[in-house]
Amino acid sequence: MGELKLMKGNEAIAEAAIRAGVDAYFGYPITPQSEVIEYLMAEKPYETTGMVVLQAESEIAAINMVYGAAASGKKVMTSSSSPGISLKQEGISYMAGAELPCLIANVVRGGPGLGTIQPSQADYFQATKGGGHGDYHLIVLAPASVQEMADFVSKGFDLAFKYRAPVMILSDGLIGQMMEKVILSEHTPRWTDEEIIKISPWATTGKPATRERNIITSLDLDSYRQEQHNIHLQKKYKEIRENEVEYEEYMCEDAEYLYVAYGSSARIAQKAIQLGRDKGIKAGLLRPITLYPFPSEAIRRLSQQVKGILSLELSAGQMIEDIRLSVDCQMKVEHFGRMGGVIHSPAEALQALEEKIIGG
Amino acid sequence: MTEEIIIAGFGGQGVLSMGKILAYSGIMQEQEVSWMPSYGPEMRGGTANVTVILSDERISSPILTEYDTAIILNQQSLDKFEKAVKPGGLLIYDGNGISHHPERKDIRIFRVDAADEAGKMGLAKIFNMIVLGGYLKVNPVVELDNVIKGLKKSLPQRYHHMIPDNEKAIMRGIEIIYPVKGS
Amino acid sequence: MKDEISEIVNVENLVYKKTPLMTDNILSYCPGCGHGTAHRITMEVLEELGIGENTIGIAPVGCSVLAYEFMNIDMQQAAHGRAPAVATGIKRTWPHKIVFTYQGDGDLAAIGTAETIHACNRGENIVIIFVNNGIYGMTGGQMAPTTLPGMKSSTSPYGRDVHIMGNPLKMTELVAELPGTRFVTRQAVHTPGNVRKAKRAIKKAFENQINFKEGVNFVEIVSNCNSGWKMTPVHSNEWMVENMFPFYPLGDIKVDGELVNK
Ligand SMILES: Cc1ncc(C[n+]2csc(CCOP(=O)(O)OP(=O)(O)O)c2C)c(N)n1
Repeated sequence: MGELKLMKGNEAIAEAAIRAGVDAYFGYPITPQSEVIEYLMAEKPYETTGMVVLQAESEIAAINMVYGAAASGKKVMTSSSSPGISLKQEGISYMAGAELPCLIANVVRGGPGLGTIQPSQADYFQATKGGGHGDYHLIVLAPASVQEMADFVSKGFDLAFKYRAPVMILSDGLIGQMMEKVILSEHTPRWTDEEIIKISPWATTGKPATRERNIITSLDLDSYRQEQHNIHLQKKYKEIRENEVEYEEYMCEDAEYLYVAYGSSARIAQKAIQLGRDKGIKAGLLRPITLYPFPSEAIRRLSQQVKGILSLELSAGQMIEDIRLSVDCQMKVEHFGRMGGVIHSPAEALQALEEKIIGG
Repeated sequence: MTEEIIIAGFGGQGVLSMGKILAYSGIMQEQEVSWMPSYGPEMRGGTANVTVILSDERISSPILTEYDTAIILNQQSLDKFEKAVKPGGLLIYDGNGISHHPERKDIRIFRVDAADEAGKMGLAKIFNMIVLGGYLKVNPVVELDNVIKGLKKSLPQRYHHMIPDNEKAIMRGIEIIYPVKGS
Repeated sequence: MKDEISEIVNVENLVYKKTPLMTDNILSYCPGCGHGTAHRITMEVLEELGIGENTIGIAPVGCSVLAYEFMNIDMQQAAHGRAPAVATGIKRTWPHKIVFTYQGDGDLAAIGTAETIHACNRGENIVIIFVNNGIYGMTGGQMAPTTLPGMKSSTSPYGRDVHIMGNPLKMTELVAELPGTRFVTRQAVHTPGNVRKAKRAIKKAFENQINFKEGVNFVEIVSNCNSGWKMTPVHSNEWMVENMFPFYPLGDIKVDGELVNK
């Protein structure tokens, strides 16, 4: 078993990155995730594993540093919070287009605009529907505990390299700032130059006489070729949808009502379910672990069993659109969620179920 | 067993670190723990609070609106959290700077004048440990041994020389906490 | 006791009055921080020049993100680093209005470097007030582009290592080299004497904006951040004099479009 520690979610991401053999982190401070870079700077992995840590002059610079290193086959990551992630969107779109693997963590705060620094889940659309320009998707992982913040770093890189695609960890200020116990994995050494060339033969590592030159670009002025590239990307997303869906069910066996919630709202829903069961209300939870791909199949299956679904999100209701599509609007699906950095309490979440689903 | 605790006071009173030590102590006895602070610029000099949950089971929501125990270190926090203690629950407060004392009859109320005591002991920095000692006397959720182990884990090495003083403060808290009559 | 106070505090003894261009809101800055003074003298200048009603200010992202709570004039709040671009938009479409930005060093010299340099290079007729405290105060004391070599911050916990983290950036000297700047100066507000000098500089900056058609007027104020530097207010000012001023020397760098020879 790995080392056991009490850590903040943000620190867990940083420590997991060092242990996962990540080559570089580029970032810019922003609340509520500055602990990621602060932790890395305090740990100085550049002196131990050789991992580069650099505070960039902006999020735009940081994501382009990620682009450069990723295009050369390195395991690179960045993290930020909502306003900073918006700035990174240009670079993320370029990376999706150029098919570059990387990991981006978004510790979401309330918006729109500068908003607040308190937890929110209002970046769901941005994360799961593309975010920047063009037809693309990120693989989106939604940790609901500090342990998952740590675990999803290597999971994220595995997926990123498997599909040559940017992966996002969509977290929020609650999971980022909370401390829980984590079991840390053993250290994985960073890839050697030879390994990189083997794992990512497409990467710009310097052209030997033995292969064609590698060019990383998202540009193709020939629209027919660009269309073929888009078709290729769409095939990849289909494969991801077919193979990578992950979710967790909580007290669903006998559930008559269903919460669908991810990340911090899933934690709150669990407590609401306990409070409900004390009153004889049989509710369960489906927690998407991957938001893209979305667990539509599982929701459709559970919709055969339950009388109604409540989407619990710290937003005005974004994921609810995917839930409604999953059940083809054949069943009652309502939304409840506080906004702007206010966190709904378990009691509020239960009351919403009673009013909007059971009573309504 | 699940114990849901809110600790609240001014930033700089050691609210967050008291919670951290409790959480570490929980880990030492193989419990599940969560520690969720209020965060942001308001922490500089303003009020600070942290929700700590210790449990034998997987912890659901790390934020709550009612608590088994409230540990309160200033008036604003008392005004805010007295009503959030579950009936039959526990409220512990430091009387320093309190003009409007708790009034509920359906909870157990204890007072630990840790700020005064820390002043007398010349150990202002570890005033929060006196409060912690008081709490552990009334509700021994974690064993003292595990608290010391937790302290060692949560304090950076360079502060380990302060552990005996911390221990002394905890012991003093155990001695001076007293029930408020009528509650 | 009460009588004594009312004897002293009366109209005849009035020597100082808060400018009406500051609101009555309680400043959110840490006690000992220079932002409050910089706000006040800027607003006093607007009042003295009688341009408060004609001025539009731009608050940055940083500790002064809430400057609009304190400055009793029309204000906009810009995205992190973008204030000079926002100011350009206003001034180009309202050339007779007075426009200024109020920015920290992270905002102006890191994420906003491009906007700063290009507004200065285009010679926008605006005032830029640049409060340099060598750190990201708002987000909890991370390294700024202006953080001194060896200086500790939460992202340079062992001190700024210039070989890894790069060198501190002297934006003010840099923009002075650009043809689009008219008046470039560096001031401080930690003593009454310096406050008076800084206020004169800010006044000159706004007068230039009134009197000329183009040219950025750029006033840096070297300031302290006692919270971020983890010092008492008094100590932080001493530290600033000893460490910041040698690297960021006070005085005019460019006057009337001409570099000052030193
Ligand atoms: C796009 C974006 N990135 C990051 C932040 C977080 N942020 C807020 S203030 C700040 C630094 C401000 O520092 P400075 O300009 O030096 O001003 P000070 O707070 O020291 O007055 C940062 C990085 C943000 N709000 N938006």
